[in-house]
Amino acid sequence: MNLNIDIKDEGKKSIVQLSGEIDVYTAPALRDKLIPLTEKAGHKIKIDLENISYLDSTGLGVFINAYKSSKQHNSIIEIIHVKDRVLRLFQVTGLHEIMNVVPK
Amino acid sequence: MTQFDFIEMKIPAKPAYVGVVRLTISGIASRMGFSYEAIEDLKIALSEAVTNVVTHAYEKEDRGEVRIGFGVYADKIEMMVADQGESFNFEDVKNRIGPMNQINEMKPVTQMREGGFGLYLINALMDKVEINNEYGVVVLMTKFLDETGVEVDDKVQTTN
Repeated sequence: MNLNIDIKDEGKKSIVQLSGEIDVYTAPALRDKLIPLTEKAGHKIKIDLENISYLDSTGLGVFINAYKSSKQHNSIIEIIHVKDRVLRLFQVTGLHEIMNVVPK
Repeated sequence: MTQFDFIEMKIPAKPAYVGVVRLTISGIASRMGFSYEAIEDLKIALSEAVTNVVTHAYEKEDRGEVRIGFGVYADKIEMMVADQGESFNFEDVKNRIGPMNQINEMKPVTQMREGGFGLYLINALMDKVEINNEYGVVVLMTKFLDETGVEVDDKVQTTN
């Protein structure tokens, strides 16, 4: 019931590897790490959801905030390796049409 | 009255315990024979309802507790989430509950409030969602074992 956040910085690019569960308990830590990355103009952030076993609206909320921040600061966010179950939440809420979500 | 088992749990209204509630529903739903997909839906819907209470509890001085009830039937599960610590009279609350009409309308992403998706997701994932605001907030969510969401009649006995 925890979330591991592993960030690899490669120049203008960051890869955020997430594993575990994103819920109301783990979301604040994710938000705190993700938002500063989006505040660098021209920065490209890939968020890897391959090892996420649970995600709900709290997690979607973090991604929305990060997306908004990226638009504000001219950075780019891509959510990658999105499994069917998780993809369904993006689809049900219509977020897949707004954000860059790449299925697994 | 239809026969059912009732399971009740009470947790502190703190984020750390929402995952415990998910483990519980996962165990109950798996015992009932729900599919993997349906169990995931139940976990999300219940988490959303409990998260709502936990998030609102932040605003109050006395954080209080969340009470969660599971009505286990042969063909469906009912999950009840209340933001009051007192034990519910399950049947009584059910009789005074009404359908949920206020589904959060989808807004452009720029106006979207973080966490505004909770009720929307609950509604999308469950077969029936009802809400009662009489004493605190009670959310009652139903999911049928049969994916169609239609109650199946007892099989008609035939004679040779």
